[in-house]
Amino acid sequence: MIELYLFLAFMIIAAIVATEIKDLLSAVISLGAVGFSVAIMFILIQAPDLAIVQIVIEVLTIVIFIAVISRTTHIDETIGKKLSSTHICAIVLYAFFTILFLIVMFRSLQEIPDFGNPIMKIASEYIKLGLPKTGGANIVADVILDFRALDTLGEATVLFTSVIGVVALMRKSGRKK
Amino acid sequence: MKGMSLIVKTITNIVIGFIFIFGVYIILHGHLTPGGGFAGGVIIAGVFILKFLAFGSGAKSEKKSLNIASIFESIGGLLFIGIAISGLLLAGTFFLNFLPKGTPLHLLSAGIIPFCNIAISIKVGAGLFSIFLALAAMKYVMED
Repeated sequence: MIELYLFLAFMIIAAIVATEIKDLLSAVISLGAVGFSVAIMFILIQAPDLAIVQIVIEVLTIVIFIAVISRTTHIDETIGKKLSSTHICAIVLYAFFTILFLIVMFRSLQEIPDFGNPIMKIASEYIKLGLPKTGGANIVADVILDFRALDTLGEATVLFTSVIGVVALMRKSGRKK
Repeated sequence: MKGMSLIVKTITNIVIGFIFIFGVYIILHGHLTPGGGFAGGVIIAGVFILKFLAFGSGAKSEKKSLNIASIFESIGGLLFIGIAISGLLLAGTFFLNFLPKGTPLHLLSAGIIPFCNIAISIKVGAGLFSIFLALAAMKYVMED
C-alpha cells in the first residue's frame, strides 16, 4: 500500500504545479502527470477496466488541450500579479474551509468499513450472479450494461449534453458582435 | 488546420489501421476482457483526431466531418435507446437482457451486452471527435 501513498503525494505536487506555473503547456503536462498517476493506481489496485478508460481519456484530453493552446496563448497572465485584499480574504477563507473539510473527512473515513467489506451487500450479489444471469465473462460489463444499464443511459445523456454545450458555445452564428 | 511533417505523415499511415483494429477489438470483446464501448469509442475517436492532426484539413472538410460526427452520435444514442425499448416491447422490462445468453467466454454470448457496447462506442467516439473539432478547429469550422 505504500506505493499508493507515494503516487498520492506525487499527484498532489503535480496538481499544485499545474495551477501555479506560468507556462500553460507545462501546466497541461503536469495535469497529464496527475491523470497517468491515477491510471497507475488503478492498475495497482487491480482495476484494469478503469485503467484503460483513464489512459485513453487522459491522452485525448491532453491532445485537445495542446491543440487549443497552440491556437490561443501560451502564457497565463493572472499568475505573478499582486494580490488584492479580496483575493487574500478568499484564500484565507478557502484554507479555513479546506482544513475543516479535512478534519471532518478524517473522522468520517475512520468509520467506514475496510477495503473489500462494504456495508451494502448488493455488490456480492452482483459478483455471484454476474456470469449465470447475464452470460458475460467481464463482470464490469455485466454491471454497467445489464444490472445498472439505466446508469449508463444517464451517463450517455450527460456526454450528449456536454457535446451539445461545447458545439453551441463555439459556434459563431447567433453571437453578438 | 495545417498538417505536420513527412515523418509524422508516414508513421501515421502505418499505425492508423492498427489503432483502429485495436479499438474495434476492445469494443467487440468488451463483455469478455477489460475494456468496452467507452474505451473503444475513445480509441476510435483518437484515430480520426490523429489523422486530422497529422494531415491537416481545410475548413470545408472540417465542417463536413462535424456534420457526419453529429449524425453518428445521434445514431449511437438512438441504437442504445432502441435496444432498451426493444426489451420493453418484447419482454416487458426496460433494458431486459432478452437475447439468448449463449456459452460463456464465447464472442457471441451475454445477450444484449455486445450490442450495447457497439452502440455506446459509436456514440462516444463521434461525440468526443466532435468536441475535438469544435475546440481545436473552431477558427475554421465555426466561421460561416
